[in-house]
Amino acid sequence: MKLIVAEDVNAYYGDNHVLKNISLSISENTVTAFIGPSGCGKTTFLRTLNRMNDYIDSFRVEGKIKIDGKDIYGNKVRVEELRQKVGMVFQKPNPFPKSIFDNVAYGLKVQGTNDKKFIAERVEKSLRQAALWNEVKDILHKPALSLSGGQQQRLCIARTLAVKPSIVLMDEPASALDPISTAKIEELILELKEKYTIVIVTHNMQQAARVSDRTAFFYLGELVEYSKTAEMFTNPKNKRTENYITGRFG
Amino acid sequence: MKKSSERWIERALALSALITILTTVGIIWVLVSESWNFFKEVSIIAFLTDTEWTPLFANKHYGILPLLSGTVLTTLIAILTALPLGVVIAVYLSEYANPKFRKAIKPALEILAAVPTVVYGFFALTVVTPFLQSFIPGLGTFNALSAGIVMGIMIIPLISSLSEDALFAVPKSLREASYGMGATRFQTAFRVVVPAASSGILVSVILAVSRAIGETMVVAIAAGQQPNLTFDPRQAVETITTYIVQVSLGDVQHDSLEYRTIFAAGITLFLFTFALNHISFRLKRRYQEQYE
Amino acid sequence: MSRLRTNRIVDSAFRYVGIAATFFGLVVLAVFLLNILQQGLGRIDGDFLTSLPSRRASRAGILTAWTGTAWILFLTALISIPLGVAAGIYLEEYGKKNRLARIIEINIANLAGVPSIIYGLLGLELFVRAMRMGSSLLAGACTLSLLILPVIIVATREAIKAVPNTLREASYGMGATRWQTIWYQVLPAASGGILTGVILALSRAIGETAPLIVIGALAYVPFVARSPLDEFTVLPMQIFNWISRPQEAFLVNGAAAIIILLAITFCMNGIAVYLRNRWQKKINW
Repeated sequence: MKLIVAEDVNAYYGDNHVLKNISLSISENTVTAFIGPSGCGKTTFLRTLNRMNDYIDSFRVEGKIKIDGKDIYGNKVRVEELRQKVGMVFQKPNPFPKSIFDNVAYGLKVQGTNDKKFIAERVEKSLRQAALWNEVKDILHKPALSLSGGQQQRLCIARTLAVKPSIVLMDEPASALDPISTAKIEELILELKEKYTIVIVTHNMQQAARVSDRTAFFYLGELVEYSKTAEMFTNPKNKRTENYITGRFG
Repeated sequence: MKKSSERWIERALALSALITILTTVGIIWVLVSESWNFFKEVSIIAFLTDTEWTPLFANKHYGILPLLSGTVLTTLIAILTALPLGVVIAVYLSEYANPKFRKAIKPALEILAAVPTVVYGFFALTVVTPFLQSFIPGLGTFNALSAGIVMGIMIIPLISSLSEDALFAVPKSLREASYGMGATRFQTAFRVVVPAASSGILVSVILAVSRAIGETMVVAIAAGQQPNLTFDPRQAVETITTYIVQVSLGDVQHDSLEYRTIFAAGITLFLFTFALNHISFRLKRRYQEQYE
Repeated sequence: MSRLRTNRIVDSAFRYVGIAATFFGLVVLAVFLLNILQQGLGRIDGDFLTSLPSRRASRAGILTAWTGTAWILFLTALISIPLGVAAGIYLEEYGKKNRLARIIEINIANLAGVPSIIYGLLGLELFVRAMRMGSSLLAGACTLSLLILPVIIVATREAIKAVPNTLREASYGMGATRWQTIWYQVLPAASGGILTGVILALSRAIGETAPLIVIGALAYVPFVARSPLDEFTVLPMQIFNWISRPQEAFLVNGAAAIIILLAITFCMNGIAVYLRNRWQKKINW
């Protein structure tokens, strides 16, 4: 069974029809990239996967989005639990104005965990997974905002990993970072693939080509093409995909 | 589990916010119910037209006019003091002063508003009155003039701060058009900017009037407590607010007619300030739309 | 003289007029403060601070007055801070869409413009009489709390508004509930601004006289209050009482007490301004 299954998803901001009949499915332990020009709906679709769009009044969604077999927009769904299973890393690093340790521990605190030893272990594990442990292990109680941009973003990843999600959504995670930090993040994504399922929105096609197994190309709210990354970039089936990839627009 | 406790938290927070509504309801209820009882014994006509206010004397009169004239007189003096100064300050800060000076002086002016009103009353009584007496013949120890002037000084920041915001909101392009035609800063300020910001300035004045009408201690200390139907600022007067203080300091029995007079006075005060605040609120909305 | 020259002269002249006007109020205040210090500073000594009021001016002190002020400050803070901050949180974080919140907002704007003496009338009927608190510290604190509640609510809202949304997003993204986000992220980030507003509001409360007179704070209190249900007086009331008397010696006492009151007020305002500057620097990340 596929981990994430979207069936005929339509979404609206008020009267604006922003997602049109999106159907796709994503397997476990893969990296999937969403690409497309600005305003094509890729970020909107990403945010439907953890219901972050709930906070926008005019937003409406139709169709089914099933994660692990259950429709996440169903009646009995607790959105806080959903978000512990489906984590999100945002475009601009947004660590809390707290210490490094407290940032990573936040998710556990919110879940109600009190065991100090358990938390400390989980924090270390997550920071290791995010390839940040060696850089911060001696300054865990310093403010997170004193880290560099690239480090802050890895911290945000660690923070997300600490609650052991099965899926990690990333909304252009490296677009605000310098090339070296970007490379580190991409390396990280490839490592995380073993344990997590990753969906990443990116403006950078080369990045998509580097890190993802499958790629979905969105255009004006439609899912134009969705296939193995290698195939899409060498032999796109759709003319629009080809035009975007070769830089004719976007 | 979590969801229900979230609901309860939200309810508790909403309840705290509702207290403000209860406050208003309470104020209206208290004023109306006691005034109702008052007006069962004293006719509204007498209340509004009798020229004497002597509820605590043997020969009782319940005309509110002396209290109104005292309020109006002191307020008028206060506004005549504060308005020119406040507007001049606002124009100077907005059109002439450099930004550093502006930033430094604004909090300094706020100090004027932070001083407790008792202190201003002391000032009016012990410094201003003797000073004025040295060149104004016939100025009583308790007089409306000192109280009015000191009240004016107290509310300068109110007018200057709000007027300055109003002037600031006028688009730069208007000034540039005026300068471009060879007008001086002064001309631009008073011929173009001030008229354009006039509703904002008016709002500040209305709020200042409302504040002055509600002021108690300065007048209680410096203007005496004699209800006097006069517009001579050299005399002692009593305002609506100082009357309430006078009664509260004395030994009036609860539930007597004399006791209820403070609520009749109070509801008059409340109606005036409410009306003024409402007008200024409407005006403010209108001029804010102008510059959207 | 040509029109142009007149205009130029008026323009330059106005610059001086403007500066004069700007400093006028401050100069007058400075004159006044110097006058007060001259009159009252000498009177302040240990006895003054620790004596009860008396009919003899030279023996009278402000013990009951400043302990009363301290009591009122404490009780008012206890009542108004939780209520005000809670209301502010509700209006800013929960009540964005519903009509009830809109009505409450307009109502608060109204209440801010109601003269303080009217709150005294409310306190008299509601707290002193209907709730049988008598003319006690508790009644006074409740009355003043209602008076400063709008100020605290507005300050709380402004402080919460200044917290960037990315913080909330990050918290929600990790599965935190709304209240958890508010309690763990928004409130700590807004705390500087809220504290500033609270201190300013309380500073105003301890300078209030009229509402306390109406609820029955006494002019002459020869004992120190021991419980919230005791009758009381406060510094501004004591000042008012003393300066209403004709004897010169009482005026001097009044001046001395004013110095104490001003010292407290300026101290509180100074702390608030300092906190505001520090918080504003912190919030700009």
